Amino acid sequence: MATVTGALPRVLRRPTSYTGWWSWVTTVDHKRIGVLYGFTAFAFLLVGGIEALTIRTQLAGSESALVSPELYNQLFTMHALTMIFLAVMPLSAAFFNLIIPLQIGARDVAFPRLNALSYWIFLFGGLLLNAGWLVGNSPDAGWFAYANLTSKTFSPERGLDFYALGLLVLGTSSMAAAFNFVVTILNMRAPGMTLMRMPVFTWMTLVTSFLLITAFPVITVGLIELAFDRLFGTNFFVTAKGANPLLWQHLFWVFGHPEVYILILPAMGIVSEVLPTFARKPLFGYPFVVLSGVSIGFMGWAVWSHHMFTVGLGPVANATFALTTMVIAVPTGVKIFNWIATLWGGSLSLKTPLLFALGFIVLFIIGGLSGVSHSSPPADSQQQDTYYIVAHLHYVLFGGSIFGLFAGIYYWFPKFSGRLLHEGLGKLNFWLMFIGMNLTFGPMHWLGLDGMPRRIYSYPAGMGWDFWNLMSTAGSYMLGIGFLAFAWNFVSSLRKGEKATSDPWDGRTLEWSIASPPPIYNFATIPTVHGRDAFWAQKYLETPGHQPRGVPSGGADGDGDGAHGQGAGHLGVHMPGLSYFPIIVALGLALAAVGLLTHVAVIALGVLIMLFGIYGWTFEPAEPDE
Amino acid sequence: MHVTAPGHAAPLETSTGLDHRKLLMWAFLGSDCLFFGSLIATYLLYRGKSITGPYPHEVFNIPYTSVSAFVLLTSSLTMVLALAAIQRGDQRGLKAWLLATALLGGVFLGGQYFEFTTFIREGLTLRANLFGSTFFTLTGFHGAHVTVGVIILLSLFVTALRGRLPRERHLNVELAGLYWHFVDVVWIVIFTVVYLVEAPNIVGAG
Amino acid sequence: MSSARPRERAHPTPARYTAVALVLAVVTIVEVTAVYQAFLADILLPILLVLSATKFALVAMFYMHLRFDHRLFSALFVGGLLLTAGILIALLALFRVIVQ
Repeated sequence: MATVTGALPRVLRRPTSYTGWWSWVTTVDHKRIGVLYGFTAFAFLLVGGIEALTIRTQLAGSESALVSPELYNQLFTMHALTMIFLAVMPLSAAFFNLIIPLQIGARDVAFPRLNALSYWIFLFGGLLLNAGWLVGNSPDAGWFAYANLTSKTFSPERGLDFYALGLLVLGTSSMAAAFNFVVTILNMRAPGMTLMRMPVFTWMTLVTSFLLITAFPVITVGLIELAFDRLFGTNFFVTAKGANPLLWQHLFWVFGHPEVYILILPAMGIVSEVLPTFARKPLFGYPFVVLSGVSIGFMGWAVWSHHMFTVGLGPVANATFALTTMVIAVPTGVKIFNWIATLWGGSLSLKTPLLFALGFIVLFIIGGLSGVSHSSPPADSQQQDTYYIVAHLHYVLFGGSIFGLFAGIYYWFPKFSGRLLHEGLGKLNFWLMFIGMNLTFGPMHWLGLDGMPRRIYSYPAGMGWDFWNLMSTAGSYMLGIGFLAFAWNFVSSLRKGEKATSDPWDGRTLEWSIASPPPIYNFATIPTVHGRDAFWAQKYLETPGHQPRGVPSGGADGDGDGAHGQGAGHLGVHMPGLSYFPIIVALGLALAAVGLLTHVAVIALGVLIMLFGIYGWTFEPAEPDE
Repeated sequence: MHVTAPGHAAPLETSTGLDHRKLLMWAFLGSDCLFFGSLIATYLLYRGKSITGPYPHEVFNIPYTSVSAFVLLTSSLTMVLALAAIQRGDQRGLKAWLLATALLGGVFLGGQYFEFTTFIREGLTLRANLFGSTFFTLTGFHGAHVTVGVIILLSLFVTALRGRLPRERHLNVELAGLYWHFVDVVWIVIFTVVYLVEAPNIVGAG
Repeated sequence: MSSARPRERAHPTPARYTAVALVLAVVTIVEVTAVYQAFLADILLPILLVLSATKFALVAMFYMHLRFDHRLFSALFVGGLLLTAGILIALLALFRVIVQ
């Protein structure tokens, strides 16, 4: 391709430096993108945490006046949006990026530049969603933003524009990433790794990716309709013109319930990796764990109206969705029993990753049981919009997703840093979070059943709610200290933690078969897989002298994904290239979105930048230089 | 740049034996079904719910739209002939059919532009009523897809003109074709559930 | 998992493509004629749905080669299509457009 490269203008040539600040901006290496996702998501997690602590401080006692009702509405809305879209989802995406290519024995994802594009769109979308703080008006209609509270009539300020456009931009990022992982997992598995030999985390990533590419188009349409109503004066949710505001609720929850599984399935995948490693036993009932994950993904599409039991959809609809909701508890229960059976009779090594995984199981069971309790419409009518729901959702999303993700952080940190996180600080981190979590959200069950409504900025004295609210607030500060302990552990271990070997936990999957941190090309030769737990088999079962075979691997034809041979010397292996264009396209897209809120010229500029980026992307040569 | 064996659709060595990009395209089309499905759902749920006019039977011109639908359907034939041309190494045929497809797409878009301006003159705007909001949003996003398709086709045509679209790269044409046919089948659905079902009302009104 | 799988079947010839186009044209003409026949009024909707589904299937199977290509492609597309249909039917029922 050297002749073509010579004819191209300088700007289309690939950047060449693999070190320094610019190399992070232009990187297409899945490991670096994973690191970017992780740090950005953690920063947003802290922002969402500060919002949560402000909410809890306000609610510590009755008739408190720390924040105004208007600010309070923005705080609980932004707390939810931040934690869901900017913390848990991208933390999961960080693990997809870091782990998936290593677990399936690949050198990168199928579309490395598309992967970089996903990250940059996520970053800009997150900033756009938070831009409301700068103009003093953030989204304030809840993360579900029910119509027609969101209309220009009732919400004339800018806040909900940031909501609609921010989520549209973030959705693009999630879908782009999900397409990439669908293709990567289906197409780039090492020889011999059939679907039923894939690690469970890879499986759950595949299911999550399918949910993302199917659920996000639905909310995209809802958000487009909301944005059009607000910006162009359409009538999608204008009741005076005959619109039915329930349309929004349906579109939102058709997306919203699969979204719940998008948040929990990656954590379930992580736990399914951690438990066998630290119990030193294969996962009990692998096919059942996998198939229950797949069926959760499918059935997640048939339960959405259980978020709408109190709307009055009628007895037939309510009964139908109540039944499907009760049924979906079955595959979830199957998973839990398999996890417990994995631990049964294992020689447990109670390291921090296992503690967080055990915490996940305990808390997720509690959250799951309270969840089943509102699958019944009459019970749900009592619980709807009370703190009981807040308790439930935090047991599954904090006790579930966050604990699972923390198990993953402690588990895989040595693979990417070459050092271990400190065990003592890790245990402190775990107990602070485990006790803090139960102190914070446990009392909310009582408060909810006692009738305390959600989303109120204050409550009168004499309701009998003061004590449990104070305890909840104390618990939330304990959680905050737990996060600080983690941050301290992370920073100090990164600098002077105990050095890790390539396989510190006696792992079972392929990522532990290569150096820590992994070389840029991951695998010098692509391993051949003969069964589940491929690396475990290599270590203990297969005859010595077995030679893994090398195959051409790496990015797609036409994606201009990398140079061969450079840096990897005689190995002649694929190396991820570098590219300016992902960030340029992302910048153009974000500018166009900002333009919708400001001036048509900004839209034009954004579109131009995007077109330039796409043009350069398409014609970018595969090699850094001839 | 990886090189594939000439004249043979050999993809890279992948787990499924399928090309990354083709797999991506099909996953995208499966996902785009849900996008258009949600827009169509909105249209159908609000069908007949507009409080004020203009109503569909007052503005629709079924013979006119039938011609448009026919043009788009024909462009699917020319698209697939372009693919057949590049696969048998017929560069002239490739260029001709690519250009023909892009032109037919352009004719369809022109028709849509004329239809939209006519409707607006008759008082049907994005803001007029639920019909206006749902109709323009649904058909507008379809039109946007067609526009992207025309741009892709023209880019391929220019690439072919410059001799940069040899037989080995037939996958580029195939992928553009998949997208183009998808846009066509979406119109098959829209033509039926939006336009044709109103035809009896137009007869009744006349 | 791949090497033993049989080759994908060859794509059709231009003559075959043109034949499909003729069928598509005929179906379209039937559709546009049918909507103006008063005696069909009661069964018009099912007729139209069947005819347009036929066109949809013809384009997907022949022009998009789903009939000849790997089944994974069909699975990805038909999966999305079935999910869309399920949601659409459920919504139409919930909004009392179809089930009274």
